[in-house]
Amino acid sequence: MNWLFQPLQYAFMIRGLLASVMVGILCAVMGTYVVLRGMAFLGDAMAHAILPGVAIAFLLHGNLLVGAIIAAVIIAISIGLFSKGGEIKEDTSIGILFAAALSLGVALISSIQTYAVDLSHILFGNVLGVSVQDLLLTAGLGLLVLAAVAIFYKQFLVISFDPILAATLRLPTEFLRNLMLIMLALTVVVSLQTVGVGLAASMLITPAATAYLLTRRLWPMMLVSATIGAFSSLTGLFLSYYLNIVSGSAIVLVATAIFLLVFIFQPRRGILWRNKKTRI
Amino acid sequence: MTIIKSPARLDVDNITVAYNHEPVLQEVTFQVPHGMRVAVVGPNGAGKSTLFKALVGLLPLRDGKIRIHDLPLGQHLDCVAYIPQREEVDWHFPVTVLDVVLMGRFGHQKWLQLPTRADRKLAMRSLEQMGMADMANRSIRDLSGGQQQRVFLARALAQEPHIFLMDEPFTGVDATTQEATLALLDHLRDQKVTVLISTHDLNLASNRFDLVLLINRKLIAFGEPKSVFTAENLARAFGSQLLNIQGGLVLVDDCCPPENEEQ
Repeated sequence: MNWLFQPLQYAFMIRGLLASVMVGILCAVMGTYVVLRGMAFLGDAMAHAILPGVAIAFLLHGNLLVGAIIAAVIIAISIGLFSKGGEIKEDTSIGILFAAALSLGVALISSIQTYAVDLSHILFGNVLGVSVQDLLLTAGLGLLVLAAVAIFYKQFLVISFDPILAATLRLPTEFLRNLMLIMLALTVVVSLQTVGVGLAASMLITPAATAYLLTRRLWPMMLVSATIGAFSSLTGLFLSYYLNIVSGSAIVLVATAIFLLVFIFQPRRGILWRNKKTRI
Repeated sequence: MTIIKSPARLDVDNITVAYNHEPVLQEVTFQVPHGMRVAVVGPNGAGKSTLFKALVGLLPLRDGKIRIHDLPLGQHLDCVAYIPQREEVDWHFPVTVLDVVLMGRFGHQKWLQLPTRADRKLAMRSLEQMGMADMANRSIRDLSGGQQQRVFLARALAQEPHIFLMDEPFTGVDATTQEATLALLDHLRDQKVTVLISTHDLNLASNRFDLVLLINRKLIAFGEPKSVFTAENLARAFGSQLLNIQGGLVLVDDCCPPENEEQ
């Protein structure tokens, strides 16, 4: 058991573990909507688009998370504005904003002396550099988003499954859709520390996609997804400690391995079962 | 303002509905008395789905008024049930049959309220009525097209509507579903629920319905089947799709894309 507790003698390791598990759970829960509503591209774009906010905060020696939150909210609102009239398709406006914001972010960061190290921290996370303040902010934002998921469960279920029923029930669909964008933005911001902007989309999508294969109702899908997210974060961090690899990559690779296992061995619908069926 | 929960009366007054500046329905006026069964008939693109979407407030009116129970649209959140064509819903969503039917009760609940025992009972009764009770805990992903439609009908029943709108319920479904739908119509008549159904089946429209609404972007005719289905009206509605042969008319109706999801 020594291998289990040895890393925990360092305070930064404990903070890192707490942050990863919180992010793992939060991303996995929001990820169910990302997967079900087909927002994967949006999630990825959102993660890259907050780069300039982070860079500016870094240059001004402010809190990186606060910079990221401001950038994320601006991006969420702009996407809505660009595609509102229907003149430009939503994925096109996402594509334009995402590339522009990423370029701006990299341009800003490249003006910093320690360019390579800082960029890699932002792109792939720096879970061992999580401060107590970061941890509290992560917990606060995470609880806020999870509370919104619980409070609006019924409404989000209907607008995702059957937008027509949502409209006939006179649900405020526009408000709910914008709320979900903001929740997604906050989730991506929080995940910056552990997996970075480069891999945030993976934490949103992979655990939720795995859970989709295993469940047939929404809330169990969220629970299974959250469990996979937390487990991947924990295991990934331990792997990164012992193998001396980037923690964000390790976390994502564990989540991907779980997905592959489920995809192959999933009862009734997995690849193995399908092959058996054709043989008979 | 109090809403009288008596059977519905639908009053459509000179409405015009447009998609992106292009008017699809123009100057349509008709009234449906309590508990009537109305077939909405017209060629593809005549604006049947558009009419239904306008009736539930999914599409804004460019002009005109819709009144239900003598009140403007929007005062009756819970009294119009709309069953869209099956293709408009994400059937890979992780919900069970019972989950879907319970959504029909959301209009009767407060924002944060969970389904009550009464809601569940009503949902199960609706499923029983559509012959789907033993499938309550099945995932909707595993259902056939006809079963999916019956789930939707059960959900609409659970809404306890005064007006029931069905878009093409007889298109591309199996015989069981068609019979279940027709049986449901008789039940709804007993409950004095007003029903509007769009269909391509003109025989069905003339045999099983009290009134026929014939439209092609404008109202062509509205009334009892006998008075609506005249050679002149059909020619105005269907134009070149109508073949005039000796001794009668033949309608060459190019209905709907083929369906291959029946299991």
